[in-house]
Amino acid sequence: MPQGLTRELIALRVARELHDGMYVNLGIGLPTLVANFVDPSVQIIFQAENGILGYGGILETDFDQDLINAGGQPVGILPGACFFGSDASFAMIRGRHVDLAVLGGLQVSEQGDLANWIVPERGGGSIGGAMDLAAGARRLIVAMEHATPAGQPKILRRCTYPLTAQRCVNLIVTDLAVIEVTADGLLLRELAPGVSAADVAALTEAPLHHAADLREMSL
Amino acid sequence: MIDKVFPSPDAAVADIPDNVTIMFGGFVSAGSPTTLILALQRKGVRGITGIANNIGLGDKLDVLCEQRQLRKMIASFAIRASGARASLFEQQYRAGEVELEVVPQGTLAERIRAAGAGLGGFYTRTGVGTPVAEGKEVREIDGELYLFERPLGADYALLKAAKADSLGNLVYHGAGRNFNVPMATAARTVIAEADEIVPAGSLDPELIVTPGIYVDRVVLAERHVLRWFG
Repeated sequence: MPQGLTRELIALRVARELHDGMYVNLGIGLPTLVANFVDPSVQIIFQAENGILGYGGILETDFDQDLINAGGQPVGILPGACFFGSDASFAMIRGRHVDLAVLGGLQVSEQGDLANWIVPERGGGSIGGAMDLAAGARRLIVAMEHATPAGQPKILRRCTYPLTAQRCVNLIVTDLAVIEVTADGLLLRELAPGVSAADVAALTEAPLHHAADLREMSL
Repeated sequence: MIDKVFPSPDAAVADIPDNVTIMFGGFVSAGSPTTLILALQRKGVRGITGIANNIGLGDKLDVLCEQRQLRKMIASFAIRASGARASLFEQQYRAGEVELEVVPQGTLAERIRAAGAGLGGFYTRTGVGTPVAEGKEVREIDGELYLFERPLGADYALLKAAKADSLGNLVYHGAGRNFNVPMATAARTVIAEADEIVPAGSLDPELIVTPGIYVDRVVLAERHVLRWFG
């Protein structure tokens, strides 16, 4: 397998998609790291689905157990922050008021279907806010490793795992590539440094079109 | 004179029988009604159908699994993606000893809100084309597919607030509102623990989040430190 980006560099690349004035929800896991790489000259308001608009950095000490992000991590709040209940929070999400959500992924299909809440052979599964965010955010980025640790593709013609939502993903950012989901299928837009389009195709089950301006990611 | 203040958490839960449905406010460590959960454990209520956002994630709900007081949970998050540090609930779920109904978090909140607001349900895009849609009506509205979801009420709701007054008006702290807010409206008997109990008239009416009409009993919360380490 080609050497891809670290999780931090995936998060850094995702952070380039956050623009001044956006309201953004970051999912648990890799997406949480995106907040660390936001350009300090832009103002992003982060929404935590447990009822905060405007939370700040993760706190290691001096924490307040009532002030946590959706991953349960203690956070600070920024000037102008506000609190609300879970019913209002998800009305906000389903009502398409959140500009961008970033979620992790187990599988994405060429139609932009997302599976990220259950590994069937492991059983159980936890949905959390993922289905509402996938169905409700105006734009959805999936940030994930391109393939499984065993080298199995995660970007497929059709998802084999139970779905989180249908036709919801707009952009996929992985350790190897940036891929846009379009009405005509998947468009390979950027490659990680040292990674070729052939490397990406070898680890992608779904067919990839190449963007006219296919280029190396700028990190 | 209305005075909803109870002398102890044990007195506040004393009439809860076996085989009832109980809502628990809270989200991980925030706004979790730990004092009342521990009173419920002491009382030994059994056959509980629990409704909560999560169980076994830094909350104290997992203690209800110690003596197998839970029959079923309705939650958005109960089984962790990784196998690390499984909760008692997760162990009992995997052993087939307790039931779990997994509900998307926003759908859970809105089903509870619908019950509290006297609505017969709602249509949502959330869950269309997923296992959540199994057995449910799907309807096209203005060119988009929506799933019909039913209201979800309970016999009791156990809540956590920052301050309560003797009329049951509640204010919260930080992200402690979460499911406490809709659950306050959706159970026949609503019991709130609060870090501070004040006389009626001392909370600013402009800032009250849960109006006292919804709340039946108020009790002083004990201090319990909760922390979730992922």
